[in-house]
Amino acid sequence: MALKTEHMVLNMGPQHPSTHGVLRLELEIEGELVKKVTPHLGYLHRCFEKHAEAMQYNQVVPYTDRLDYLAAIGNNFGYALAVEKLLGIEVPERVEYIRVIMAELQRIASHLVAIGSNGADIGALTPFLYLFRDREHILSIIEETCGARMLYNYIWIGGLSHDIHPDFVRKTKEFCNYFKPTIVELDNLLSYNKIFIERTANIGVLPVDTAINFGSSGPTLRGSGIKFDLRRDDPYSIYDRFDFEIPVGKGLMGIVGDCWDRYYVRIREMEQSLRIIEQAIDHIPEGDVQSAIPKRIKPPKGTVYKRVENPRGELGYFIISDGTVNPFRVKVRAPSFVNLEVLGELCKGYLVADVIAILGSIDIVLGEVDR
Amino acid sequence: MGLLDKEFSDGNIVIAKVDDLFNWARLSSVWQLGFGLACCAIEMMATSMSHYDFDRFGVIPRNTPRQADAIIISGTVTLKMALRIKRLYEQMPEPKYIISMGSCANCGGPYWEHGYHVLKGIDRVIPVDVYVPGCPPRPEALLEGLLKLQGKIRNESLRKKSA
Repeated sequence: MALKTEHMVLNMGPQHPSTHGVLRLELEIEGELVKKVTPHLGYLHRCFEKHAEAMQYNQVVPYTDRLDYLAAIGNNFGYALAVEKLLGIEVPERVEYIRVIMAELQRIASHLVAIGSNGADIGALTPFLYLFRDREHILSIIEETCGARMLYNYIWIGGLSHDIHPDFVRKTKEFCNYFKPTIVELDNLLSYNKIFIERTANIGVLPVDTAINFGSSGPTLRGSGIKFDLRRDDPYSIYDRFDFEIPVGKGLMGIVGDCWDRYYVRIREMEQSLRIIEQAIDHIPEGDVQSAIPKRIKPPKGTVYKRVENPRGELGYFIISDGTVNPFRVKVRAPSFVNLEVLGELCKGYLVADVIAILGSIDIVLGEVDR
Repeated sequence: MGLLDKEFSDGNIVIAKVDDLFNWARLSSVWQLGFGLACCAIEMMATSMSHYDFDRFGVIPRNTPRQADAIIISGTVTLKMALRIKRLYEQMPEPKYIISMGSCANCGGPYWEHGYHVLKGIDRVIPVDVYVPGCPPRPEALLEGLLKLQGKIRNESLRKKSA
């Protein structure tokens, strides 16, 4: 006798603890098998583009903080680079070095939350506690310099809001030494954990061509085995001076491009970020971080697109200037939004419980999806 | 329990006012609805984690409103989300408390002027007990907000107010 199961629609979210914010997923399921996933957005639409139209160029910086709130410095960085390109100004060497170090510190902090919540969603709560402990180290380093814990408003157009704290170099080096053994600890605690592998390996496999067709970027793309990183392929700021590798998914535990690969890419990326920090931290030149900040920001008419590698992927700013002090339009190409679109392809044919693991491995931030 | 075991070796009686007993029990186990909205949710998570440890005040996240005593509105409330929050609030059993965390939930925050899709303060939808300012508030500020809420619970009375 054939088992007859009923086709039903299940709502997940927006107050579901595993949807990483206020995302609503409409699951069409047959028994426990997922047939279709439709994400419903807009529960955190905070009108970024409207604000960008109403504000002056430098006033938009705090709003970029609140796009991807786990990687605020990365967002500032991209916006500042875009406006600087529009204005045609060069920033001092010191500023470039500090920006890169801060962005890499932020990348580690962001990946820590991504990895932790990926584990916590599928039942491993202990690593979450460990990772937030490590994240506090980074937050206190950045806080000492710019006074905020999460949303910094640190990278301004043409410079920085504050020079680094006298203890910054020492503390960053201390953190690098502290954090290297912690990655090994994390590997033993979570990466090679039998239960974690069972939940993530061979689940949510993203083939290379699907990843490219959907325009995925960041760890989601690299998990499928493509070496694409804007820090190397379209170098901005001073990233071309540093030596680092681009970790990609190799299918160590299953098929290339599964959840475990996407997870593992993040861990290896943290090591590479540490490498960049260690290369840069001893060579910060002297100088004034605010010398290149323009008194009045009034770019000529024109358009600009600048993209940077944020922890979640390619973050792009498309700015149209009409020659006034306000931007005519600021369009954000948000990596989380683009990566989220592939979710429907990934979840087909897997179980409801796997949707959680897949969503965690894509690592979206709703502030950036809805903007 | 070591101390209490020695204190009450053979079945004893503790005399307390009903109000004091109930308030003491309520304020020491404020179970919050595990529910994050935006940026502030990350700080709320950081508060729950080992560095600040919300658990020591008896705050444990629960995943369903039916088991929750308090709800922390952690982040920007959009018009689309406001109805959901109202429903969640109505699903919570009495007594229920609300902490409004961060400028967005207090008054719209940085989105107060041009945010056409942002609710200008959660108190337009549900009653708020404690407001925690900041964008986002530091974990210490959230802890202070919780202590304020506990102070408020401590002074509650079960008696019906005379007309």
